[in-house]
Amino acid sequence: MLQILTAAISLGLLWAIVTIGVYITYRILTIADLTVEGSIVMGAAIASISITRGVNPYVAIVLAFFGGLGAGLITGLLHTKLKIPSLLSGILTMIALYSINLRIMGRANISLLQVNTAYTVFEEMGLRSIVSVIVLGIIIVGAIIGILYWFFGTEIGCAIRATGSNPQMVRAQGINTNTTIILGLMLSNGLVATAGALIAQSQRFADIQMGIGSIVIGLASVIIGEVLFGRRGFASRLVSLALGAIVYRVIIAMVLKLGMPANDLKLFTAITVAIALSLPVFRSYLKPLKKSVKWGK
Amino acid sequence: MLSVKKITKIFNRGTINEKVALHDVSLKLDEGDFVTLIGSNGSGKSTLLNCIAGVYRVDRGSIIIEGSNVTKLSEHKRAAFLGRVFQDPMMGTASDMEIEENLALALRRGKRRGLRWGIRKEERENYRELLKKLGLGLENRLNIKVGLLSGGQRQALTLIMATLKEPKLLLLDEHAAALDPRTAKKVLGITDRIVNKSNLTTLMVTHNMRDAINHGNRLMMMYEGKIILDIKEKEKKKLTVEDLLERFEVASGKEFADDRALLS
Repeated sequence: MLQILTAAISLGLLWAIVTIGVYITYRILTIADLTVEGSIVMGAAIASISITRGVNPYVAIVLAFFGGLGAGLITGLLHTKLKIPSLLSGILTMIALYSINLRIMGRANISLLQVNTAYTVFEEMGLRSIVSVIVLGIIIVGAIIGILYWFFGTEIGCAIRATGSNPQMVRAQGINTNTTIILGLMLSNGLVATAGALIAQSQRFADIQMGIGSIVIGLASVIIGEVLFGRRGFASRLVSLALGAIVYRVIIAMVLKLGMPANDLKLFTAITVAIALSLPVFRSYLKPLKKSVKWGK
Repeated sequence: MLSVKKITKIFNRGTINEKVALHDVSLKLDEGDFVTLIGSNGSGKSTLLNCIAGVYRVDRGSIIIEGSNVTKLSEHKRAAFLGRVFQDPMMGTASDMEIEENLALALRRGKRRGLRWGIRKEERENYRELLKKLGLGLENRLNIKVGLLSGGQRQALTLIMATLKEPKLLLLDEHAAALDPRTAKKVLGITDRIVNKSNLTTLMVTHNMRDAINHGNRLMMMYEGKIILDIKEKEKKKLTVEDLLERFEVASGKEFADDRALLS
């Protein structure tokens, strides 16, 4: 049981980075960006091929980050300059990335069993591999939360946040909303690709299919984080996103333990997210009911 | 200050819904002019404002603000010259952000934004003072989300934001029209105070004849995409609603038919 839990926590920490990336587009920019499904694989692909060619695993993570920035840039350009709706722009980049990722990897999957990964340093210090993932995961997630807290407090960061809230006002204040949207998409996908690089190294392989459903998992984690841990200040919100990603993984581990076939996992996640997203609708149905009850007395 | 030369704006060009919203409109505002622009629905007054602000590109003609030709500049680049307040109180502020964050965004209008911290400490004092003058009790609520404010409070805040960095030209697009009469009066009072304090060049669109007469030093009236009246200083001071209606009929050859403007 404890083993299942630690495994869930380690995986959840890495997916926390995906969750934060999804949060940037979904909540801050209010765009549902499907590029994520491709950029997570892109990160894994870039990191794996670099590592097998002898590149330092940490440098490989940085390379993956830049790859993700590029993916976000493409989606951003499609959406802002070519005026393609954001959802479709993301889908186009995602589909294109499938081929690009195959080109990067040269085949459908790459094994990382025989090489050193970013976690090797910690393993050499005597930590179990799963604990190494947790340690590095906490360090990286902590750093990302710190950097993002700073970034979204800067002038550019404020402009990006305002863009999601009211683009018209942002333009009236002399800010190019095309630029802020592109920056947000780049940052988001850069983070997701970083997560992809870390996930591939922890599971010791990269696979062309590993991105399927990642946007839904990200959304589920965002919602769990917000519901369970509130949405107060920005810093605590980022922490709650990370906790949301971990809780999601723990829930999945439990459900699997209770005997749900692994093949039904995506269906389970999709239904959970659909229910969570439709909660406001149910609430608005309930509201008039409540009112009539009040008036009745 | 502002010089608009023969601009034409046509919507849905070449379709069955083609509409000439502005027809060879020219106007000139001198420094410190406070112009009220009145006209019925569809007369083109909001389109004119949006063309000046860069929301729409004009089909013909040119727009010059203090010597710079801005006709081809995008909306966000023109913003360096302009302060804007909109009809919809939701439109001028970011509701998910705090009052001081909104003000800080407005303070940096026309400046390059970098990785410096979004709000500096010394700004806050200034914000508090400006908000205090509004008399709405906002000065102690700098960290409240703007979405929690009333329509009138939001319009007042937007006015402060539009003039925080002194604009070359202040554009007010029926900014009191969506408010209840008392709040509207208050917002218009604040407008007068802010405009007079810095002697801002202002173009205020309004639906209300009385407001158009009571505010500003010049009154223009639009009809079917043209400016048909331009009443200045002394003449404007003596103007009554009856005069205005009569002059409209003479200028347009039609009876003024807009209940909203008459009744209000």
